[in-house]
Amino acid sequence: MPRLNLYQEEFYPSPIQNTWKEFKENHAAVVSLYCVIFFIFIMIFGPFLAPFDPLQQHIDFLLVPPAWDNNGDISHLFGTDGLGRDMLSRILYGCRMTFGISLLLVVVSMLIGVALGAMAGMSKGFRSSMVNHLLDSIMAIPTLLIAIIIIAIVGTGLVNSMWAISLALIPQFIHQTRDIVRQKMKKEYVLAAQLDGAGKVHIFFNSILPNMAEMLVVQVTLALSVAILDISALGFLNLGAQAPSPELGALLSEGLSTAYVTPWNIALPGAAIFFMMMSINLVGDGLRSALRYRLLR
Amino acid sequence: MNDLLSVENLTFENCHGKRWQHKEKRFTLGPVNFSIQAGETLAIVGANGSGKSLLAKLLVGLERPDSGSIYLNERKLEQYDNKHRVLNIRMVFQNSNESLNPGITLGSILEEPLKLNTNLDGRARIIKVEETLRLVGLLPEHRFFYRHMLSDGQKQRVALARAIILNPQVIVADEPFAALDPSVRSQTVNLLMELQRELGLGFIFISHNLGIVRHISDKILVMKHGKVVESGKTEVIFHWPKDEYTKRLVHAHQALINGQD
Repeated sequence: MPRLNLYQEEFYPSPIQNTWKEFKENHAAVVSLYCVIFFIFIMIFGPFLAPFDPLQQHIDFLLVPPAWDNNGDISHLFGTDGLGRDMLSRILYGCRMTFGISLLLVVVSMLIGVALGAMAGMSKGFRSSMVNHLLDSIMAIPTLLIAIIIIAIVGTGLVNSMWAISLALIPQFIHQTRDIVRQKMKKEYVLAAQLDGAGKVHIFFNSILPNMAEMLVVQVTLALSVAILDISALGFLNLGAQAPSPELGALLSEGLSTAYVTPWNIALPGAAIFFMMMSINLVGDGLRSALRYRLLR
Repeated sequence: MNDLLSVENLTFENCHGKRWQHKEKRFTLGPVNFSIQAGETLAIVGANGSGKSLLAKLLVGLERPDSGSIYLNERKLEQYDNKHRVLNIRMVFQNSNESLNPGITLGSILEEPLKLNTNLDGRARIIKVEETLRLVGLLPEHRFFYRHMLSDGQKQRVALARAIILNPQVIVADEPFAALDPSVRSQTVNLLMELQRELGLGFIFISHNLGIVRHISDKILVMKHGKVVESGKTEVIFHWPKDEYTKRLVHAHQALINGQD
């Protein structure tokens, strides 16, 4: 029988197209998405955009204000710091470092956390409840504190702080995944999949993962903002990235010494952190509601 | 003629609570005996909590019986021989809304049993899905749809499509018509009978509605507190019920019909 196609112009959007259709409705989220794309662009192409090396000291241009100030100089758009380093280049490199590292940490801890959480959620009895209660006690402590404790043991440094933060982020992913997997395992469609002869792995990837997207988006958004804040906080406290490196938190703490003379040296890195956090949270929020409404309308 | 599916002395004991808590209240099912032939319909009736759904779960292999055996085409079904069972005995759930995954399209829901149990490639699977959708009275385009876009009757059709897509020999349905309004219910009943005629399915269904039972079933199994109180041909049971419980059921049904006239 030839396939009867009554409506030639009928078009069936894929799940991603559906989500985008809902996402577009939220204008704040779309603007924030452009903002996030801008940060990702900086993350990848930052070194090509930066006018100077972030560590190069211009002896003739110490503490130059930004270009829009009367005393500013157009060759240093965002001014310079006390050692004559170009702030624009430092912030571009700083965004690249802070954002890139946070993204990497979140992806790694998400993969590990979701895998462990799925295993805990699918198993029953003693093993599962042990994982649960152990992680509950860890989750009572703020991530920054856990990170500081880990750094106190293994020593300061950017790589150590990365380890610390990803270790602190993993329990949240495990906990949330375990909860949602247990909740979905009771649903009848999982029973139906079992009757199709599906194994545990198949059930997780085909029946539970499609329904976990909303939770994952919320959790990744949260984890990304926590990671950015923690990386910069550790940099600010001189526990993470060390002084000459252009990390946004380290930039802030360096700018603090000359805060009264050159307020832009803390205002500009601070604004960069602020925009990063705000855009990530708005995109996360928009994406979450888009994913939810995709399955309601 | 050989029996398609026969059940011999099937029992199941459900202990509530943990092993160290000596609870007196136990639910025992069975022993249950019945057999059906291809194209036959068996109805299981009984009050709530009489073990009807449990029997359905035992048949499809979601629960393990304590003793007794199930024979499909004279071949005994072993507990771990799931492949054979999955291919030949399929279940339709009571709540079709819950039994469809909300996060994926109907196409992927229907493709899942094919992926797991057949060697069809992607193109052949899609063709099979479209064929099955058409068979239950939906459009091939419905494979792009999500659960929330369908009406209750359409969901029931999809649940049915999911059951027949593997060309099974027996379908076990747990109150498939309970949540439907009368017109959609009769549509679904007719669809089922038509499919049964076309595909020669053995059909076991659980229902409260004696009208439908009388209309479509060849045999009846009446259950009470986990025991089979009466079984036999539909017309025999409706005309000459022996057991007290069956008599009351039939009289209540007759009274309902006569009251409407």
